[in-house]
Amino acid sequence: MAGQSGTGTSATRRLGVLVILMLATLALCGLWFSAEDVVQGSTVRIMYVHVPSIWTAYIAFGLTALCSAVYLSGKNRSLAWDRVAGASGEIGVLFVAVSLVTGSMWGRLTWGTYWVWDARLTSTAFLFITYVGYLAVRQLGGTHRQRARRSSVLALLAILEIPLVHFSVTLWRSLHQEASVANPNAKVALDGLMLFSLFLGLIAFTMLFVWLVLHRQRAMMLEDAFSDRGLDVAIAARRNEAGA
Amino acid sequence: MSGTSINKRRIAIAVARKDLTIEWNSRILVNQVAPFAAIVMVLFAFALDNDGILQRVAPGLVWLATLFSMLVVIQRSFTVESADGALDALRVAGVDMGAIFVGKAVALMVQLFVLELMLVATAVVLYGVEMTLTGFCEAIVTLVVATIGLGSVGTLYGGLAAGARGRETLLPLLLLPVVAPVLIGATRATEAAFGSGGTTVSEGWPWIGLLLVFAVLFCAVGTVAFGPLVDE
Repeated sequence: MAGQSGTGTSATRRLGVLVILMLATLALCGLWFSAEDVVQGSTVRIMYVHVPSIWTAYIAFGLTALCSAVYLSGKNRSLAWDRVAGASGEIGVLFVAVSLVTGSMWGRLTWGTYWVWDARLTSTAFLFITYVGYLAVRQLGGTHRQRARRSSVLALLAILEIPLVHFSVTLWRSLHQEASVANPNAKVALDGLMLFSLFLGLIAFTMLFVWLVLHRQRAMMLEDAFSDRGLDVAIAARRNEAGA
Repeated sequence: MSGTSINKRRIAIAVARKDLTIEWNSRILVNQVAPFAAIVMVLFAFALDNDGILQRVAPGLVWLATLFSMLVVIQRSFTVESADGALDALRVAGVDMGAIFVGKAVALMVQLFVLELMLVATAVVLYGVEMTLTGFCEAIVTLVVATIGLGSVGTLYGGLAAGARGRETLLPLLLLPVVAPVLIGATRATEAAFGSGGTTVSEGWPWIGLLLVFAVLFCAVGTVAFGPLVDE
């Protein structure tokens, strides 16, 4: 640890360069090379950020649940599982927020409204709030093991309740469907380059997610080590006082 | 010793009785929470201003007032535990956490049920709700099933977020998203029971089914997850 000034290694630097290249390619394909939509015009280009964001968020929360389950499954599992779960949760919240904001902007441009109470949007908003709660619980304090146990149980509870909330909201909206001017569920018909750009976006964002999680979990490890050392220093100081 | 099921049942009953006795002696529910809930109902009337609207949205308002009052009741339920380190003492003594969960959840359910009955009566009086007999039966069933769900999930998250050490603000953030299915289901079922907006009584039963799923799920999950979640 001594002498290492940051959370980067040669592997993450190579990954980072690759991510930048892919995002640049995505921007080119999405903003320049791909065609406009017949109905939506240029506003469809928001899709290249919006869809990969929510996709990455799902991956992130899935990873959080997986790492939480692994952490809880054994007697003395490494805290790295909890750190990856926490980092993944944070990045997931970030990507859901991006998805909600871009979706909102897209909605304003195409449907004329920032928000509709359809099942998917409402469930996504709940997903966001639930994991904000998860992040808040991670800040509660205590030992690293206590934090890990609490957060892991909560992550698994979240995986349980998200489908239930989604199901309830879907039931609610399907029975109360009001006539809407534009159908929020209308699929955009995608031609070749648009589809390619979308998949490129998925891959680029997923790699960005991996890069972010690697760095964030290393930063968390350093934070934990720092607070542990702080405790050791304080204990040593108290011992010195007592001895002197 | 704490592993046998007879013992667990006794523990659960003892914990439930303890919580309800504390409540009976202090009468916090009747003296403080119920008036709070009633004031919330009155404030809704101020905000919504129109008699026609009030009658239509009365079911939703009843359940909103229930959820907000529930936060207070859960906080109280766990504050009494942390006051003398009672919960920690029970845990150190090796008492089964699942049994404690069931006991506290049952006590919470009883308190919530009393509160909800009062709120439904308030809605009938203040918002001009009229119920048929079948509607009334449906309303009672809705109250029972929804309360079972709210009690279990409230105890589970309450253990984590309520009590001491400045965590009180966390409870609404954690709990309210989770009880969204109960709010949706209970409001729709109560609409059917009240007959608001022309809904018939028979439309409520599927929503009661949703409430039942929620209740069963969180009773089961809560019994298992309460220990690890609260363990410190």
